[in-house]
Amino acid sequence: MTKVSIVQFPGTNCEYDTQHAFDGLGASTELVWHKSETIPSDTDLLVIAGGFSYGDYLRSGAIARFSPVMKAVEEYASKGGNILGICNGFQVLTEAGLLPGALKRNEHLHFISKYHNLKVINNDNTFLQNLNHDDIVNIPIAHHDGNYFIDADGLKELEKNDQILLKYTDASGSIKNPNGSVESIAGICNKQKNIFGLMPHPERAMELLLGSDDGVKMLQGFTKK
Amino acid sequence: MIKAIVNISLKKGVLDSQGKAVHHALDSLHFEGVDDVRVGKQIVLQLDTKDKEKAKKDVTQMCEDLLANTVIEDYEIKLV
Repeated sequence: MTKVSIVQFPGTNCEYDTQHAFDGLGASTELVWHKSETIPSDTDLLVIAGGFSYGDYLRSGAIARFSPVMKAVEEYASKGGNILGICNGFQVLTEAGLLPGALKRNEHLHFISKYHNLKVINNDNTFLQNLNHDDIVNIPIAHHDGNYFIDADGLKELEKNDQILLKYTDASGSIKNPNGSVESIAGICNKQKNIFGLMPHPERAMELLLGSDDGVKMLQGFTKK
Repeated sequence: MIKAIVNISLKKGVLDSQGKAVHHALDSLHFEGVDDVRVGKQIVLQLDTKDKEKAKKDVTQMCEDLLANTVIEDYEIKLV
């Protein structure tokens, strides 16, 4: 059984949705409080869930990255453990330097909360292995600071190493950029492809009844057959 | 006691959406001759030291570690 550990900071608010999503996929889940200096040793996937850790004070994710649990997260990452940062989790991972780039205020300064189409750019990784290149998924976004920035050299590196996971598009797959992100980037991974970050919320797209179940194929990438 | 004033702004070349919005608002209020607007933040620290050199060194480290995100932001330190 896949073991999913979910980090909880003060202000995290998507940990129970994430837990529900992975429980539904047959994984066993455990919440890890930010003061913990260790993460469960049988962890197959560590999720840094969405929310507003530390009220997003200073910058989104800037204070959370110094929480006691982050040392264990960094150690887990360096050993090749799988980490998924969703929304605020993505911001925490960039602040911690575990993923390149940064998340800025949305270009038009609004908080955006709606479904958005995303195109799969690279599926040669654990996360998106169940999807095809150019597949379109419909996943909720809900963020104020989702405007992904990386400098020109960094972007070249991402492209060269197939680190761009998803881009914001319309339903036909043409670029449609809601927040001003460089190259319309919605999600990336590190070069070693064990650390994943995205602004959209696949854990909120697990049941058709609630609008979309496109998140199932995504998160299933992490659960054992 | 030394007071350190840290000004943090987005780097040149990183689009400052807030600055742009404020610039636009100034234009619509008919304030003329504004070439550019950048919006940043200011952090004021009261330091328990008299040693300016140490203060500068400490605050620089604080900026690098926490106060600024040097991927997108520049910082400027003034000691008073």
